[in-house]
Amino acid sequence: MTEPVKLTLQCVAVLFACVVVGLLPFYIDLFELMQYTLFCSMAVLALSLGFIWGFGGILSFGQTAFFGLGAYSYAVAAINFGDSTPAIGLAILIPALFALALGYFVFYGQISDVYLGVITLTVTLILFNVFNSTAGDAYTIGSARLGGFNGMPAVPTFNMPFDPSNILFPEQSWYVTGGALIAIYVGLRLLLRSPFGRVAIAVKENETRAALLGYDPRLVKLLVFVIGGAIAGFAGALYVNWGAFVGPTIFALSLSAEIIIWICIGGLGTLVGPIVGCFLIEYLVSQIGTQQAVNSNLVLGAILVVFVVLLPKGLVPTIRDGLLALGRLGAGRSRRGDAARGHEIVDEGPAGAQPAGAE
Amino acid sequence: MAEILPLLQTSHLTMRFGGVVANDDVNFTLEEMELRCLIGPNGAGKSTFFKMLTGQLTPSEGTIRFRENPIAGNLPHQIARLGIGIKTQIPNVFNGLSVRENVWLAARRAARRDASAKRAAEIVDEVLQRIVLTDLADAVVGQLSHGQRQWVEIGTVLAAEPELILLDEPAAGMTDEETVRTAEIIAEINKTRALIVVEHDMEFIRMIAKKVTVFHQGRIMMEDTVEAVLADSRVRDVYLGKKVAA
Repeated sequence: MTEPVKLTLQCVAVLFACVVVGLLPFYIDLFELMQYTLFCSMAVLALSLGFIWGFGGILSFGQTAFFGLGAYSYAVAAINFGDSTPAIGLAILIPALFALALGYFVFYGQISDVYLGVITLTVTLILFNVFNSTAGDAYTIGSARLGGFNGMPAVPTFNMPFDPSNILFPEQSWYVTGGALIAIYVGLRLLLRSPFGRVAIAVKENETRAALLGYDPRLVKLLVFVIGGAIAGFAGALYVNWGAFVGPTIFALSLSAEIIIWICIGGLGTLVGPIVGCFLIEYLVSQIGTQQAVNSNLVLGAILVVFVVLLPKGLVPTIRDGLLALGRLGAGRSRRGDAARGHEIVDEGPAGAQPAGAE
Repeated sequence: MAEILPLLQTSHLTMRFGGVVANDDVNFTLEEMELRCLIGPNGAGKSTFFKMLTGQLTPSEGTIRFRENPIAGNLPHQIARLGIGIKTQIPNVFNGLSVRENVWLAARRAARRDASAKRAAEIVDEVLQRIVLTDLADAVVGQLSHGQRQWVEIGTVLAAEPELILLDEPAAGMTDEETVRTAEIIAEINKTRALIVVEHDMEFIRMIAKKVTVFHQGRIMMEDTVEAVLADSRVRDVYLGKKVAA
């Protein structure tokens, strides 16, 4: 696939997504719309890990740490300020700063990838235990009680910017959440096309070579990690806006594992993949939840096994490669036709030539 | 200027891995614009020497000075920014990226020094022509042949416009024609830059070399002109064997 074709496809996909977000409230009922709002906030979380793992080579087992911190930051700030506008800002800023501090030690300490996984996993477990034990009046920030294992109920949801009296309706929340997902996708796409994004991909590809060319892999990875943390934090705010509630289970291992499953199924190294994987799995889990016969974890495990064995690259890359192969077949045929008519043939380079990071 | 410093100077450079001494008290000096060949049998410490020069290894003892900067123990990216570029023994490239992207990544760092984005694009086109890979610019490097990947790596080193270029077995895996071309490019680079070249191919050394340093068991055994080195009986014993006599 050539660069312009890819760009066109990406633009078409974004336009299509905009139309869907715009029209969906007119076609489905409120309950379903709320559910899709939740999926969209989760998809933002999926994008955050899809970005740092697929394009920065950083496998964080505890992306929920930033998600949960974002959710709690939003809840505490929204209760104290009574206005969601600065709260959303804090939900991005605080996880980003936390990622900066954690990432500094991990990347500048030259800790290897395996330990990075262990550390991020441990951090989210520590946060779970910390927030789980904040019951009682002692754990109050301003007028916001952290509430221990009961969590924080009745958190104010999003309002119009700087207008706390004007709280968003569920339809409006859908537009905000769906719009945010599209905006973050587009933002990450642009970032990956920028010099910084290209260097980040290079560091993921070959850290030694990048360093020998004069790029500091520690700094590049730290920045990627912080961007991922900020996006995950924002996803946390979107999540609280959906349920008006946040509890310590947001840091639980099951969600951490689920994000990784979304990405494995959707396709690592793409941005659409994590979103697709998240929607598919979340939809499936919610459908399974409506009946009692099969346990959803069992189904989830089975799906993961099937994917790892049969489609190790995940859905989006498999479909893309399939389409490319079809396209080549077609191109080959027409090329032979051209040759028969005596036209000059321009070689487009080796078949399947596809730079990493393309989708 | 008080005195003219050599481009690169190592003193008492030593590298130990546990009980193994890979480099032992290496005192090496390279002048500006010099072309030096390093030869020596496998395990003589040539690659370890290169790794210390580029910051991939921190020497156990000794110092390295690049012009006026002491660089022993600096990180690879810091040394690269000072202007040392390396082509490693096994092609060390961005396999998942296109040829153009590989070269651009190097050119961008170089262009940053004179702070222009246009310059990077110019360097990329220049280098692609020089390594004769313009037609394959959009191909993924991982799918190219070993020889072509060698060229890509040489291209990235050129695009970074370093002051000192280290080439670890640049002709390995190349056809005779490509080897000749590599020799030509090295001669061309040497008009403006200093180089250190590690090679096993004696024909290739004869094509390019002026002064040769022989490594043996982690030490510098001798340093002289190509003719003198190849005529030396000790060198024949440790390394060249009957190959040269034949």
